Amino acid sequence: MSFLTLDHVSHHYFSKNGFTKALDNISLSVKEGEFISLLGPSGCGKSTILSIIAGIMKQTAGDVFLQQKLISNTDLSIGYMLQQDYLFPWKTIIDNVLLGPRIQNQFTEETRSRALELLDVVGLPNVAEKYPSALSGGMRQRVALVRTLINNPKLLLLDEPFSALDYQTKLKLENLVAKLFKTYHKTAILVTHDIGEAIAMSDRVFIMNANPGSIAKVFEVPIELRNETPILVRKHQKYQLLFDKIWEELDKKESASKVVF
Amino acid sequence: MKQKTDQHLFEDYNRQLKKEKKVVLTWQLAILIFFIALWEIASRFYWIDPLLFSSPTKVIDLLITRFANGSIFSHVSITLFETILGFIIGTIGGILIAIMLWTSARFSKVMDPYLVVFNAMPKVALGPILIVAFGPGYFSIIAMGFIISVIVTTLVVYSAFNEVDPNYEKVLRSFGASKSQIFKEAIFPAALPAMISTLKVNVGLSWVGVIVGEYLVSKEGLGYLIIYGFQVFDFTLVMASLVIIAILAAIMYKIVERIETWLIKHTT
Repeated sequence: MSFLTLDHVSHHYFSKNGFTKALDNISLSVKEGEFISLLGPSGCGKSTILSIIAGIMKQTAGDVFLQQKLISNTDLSIGYMLQQDYLFPWKTIIDNVLLGPRIQNQFTEETRSRALELLDVVGLPNVAEKYPSALSGGMRQRVALVRTLINNPKLLLLDEPFSALDYQTKLKLENLVAKLFKTYHKTAILVTHDIGEAIAMSDRVFIMNANPGSIAKVFEVPIELRNETPILVRKHQKYQLLFDKIWEELDKKESASKVVF
Repeated sequence: MKQKTDQHLFEDYNRQLKKEKKVVLTWQLAILIFFIALWEIASRFYWIDPLLFSSPTKVIDLLITRFANGSIFSHVSITLFETILGFIIGTIGGILIAIMLWTSARFSKVMDPYLVVFNAMPKVALGPILIVAFGPGYFSIIAMGFIISVIVTTLVVYSAFNEVDPNYEKVLRSFGASKSQIFKEAIFPAALPAMISTLKVNVGLSWVGVIVGEYLVSKEGLGYLIIYGFQVFDFTLVMASLVIIAILAAIMYKIVERIETWLIKHTT
């Protein structure tokens, strides 16, 4: 049974001088516990899809269902992680992490100990009382991950969360996220422009067209790769095969768009 | 051995810093002394008309007698009172209006032309209307101090609210935060440094408002002393008042600066 369904979703951005169509008839469904990636050039409306699923934006046409229920308002069971950590610099790490529960008036002492536990799990045992400025980029993004997980969301939306990090930190964080999501059986949608990351993290990869954004092709990631950690996946023979196929697909798109211009 | 050289370098650096500080201070004092001496000499030798421009010794004499017999205190305290009140009401009022503008985009659009006109208008020109409205007393003077700082505060703070990175709002909205929660958690703390820096600007503006206000209506205060001295041709009194204003304004500015450092340290 489908966990999340997008049914013919379109989105327009209106301005005084006209409108641009950001999304065109997107239909897709995600199973519970599945990890999918949206891969495509910039301007293909990847982030718009996430904002719509998160309920921050309202699509101009179509419906979004989460567990067969319409997403009308921001659903608390969705966690959203952005490209940069956006930790609040005037709050300590623990206060940053507890932001969600406090806003929803669900803060208890248990939440606090759970937060400390999760910080421990992501390898940040002694930072609770520090301020974000004292942490490196990778550490901050891990805090942001904990902030997203603390609400125990059923669905996680990841908007290029690793793209601002250096390569090594990025791979380590991919490993961590993959491991955590598998243990807690989370459903996730990752937006990225990194082919390797998409293959390494997900069960299915959606290739998108730009202007307006639509889904061009879906690739299944072979079962052998799904059970490996992201770092090991990259060494697998089948990884290279899939990488080449996706590369070809994207390349085709790029040369096609060049003809148009 | 290496440790020692590091320490030495650090000491050298510190010494350099102290030396520089001393040089700057020496120059600052030299300019002050030179200016006062020049004023005194020019006045004694009639290079300038001593009746119009007075002289430092006369000003100091006057200040000493006025402070000794206490007749200056009521003027100083009334002006200070008006300035501080105008400053506080102007700052808080400006911030409150900015919050209202932020809360409702429509209100902000509606208010836009009025803000532009009110900002462009020389507020001092409203003096006579204030006097008619509030009567010739403290109220009009405080209103003048208020009116002159409130619009600048509103505009600066409102634009600071709008410059807060929208992604903080996005994070909060993904948790289902309400508008007031977004304001409390992201907008207000992020704009706090900008709000604090308007304090410094407002100190100067409130002084302008209050002194001009006193020119127009009052029977006491430093602004009144200046106008009175001018009318009775007692320029020593005018100069003495100016000296007091300069000192008080500088002290107030320094206090606000202290508050600013303290606030920034304790809120970020």
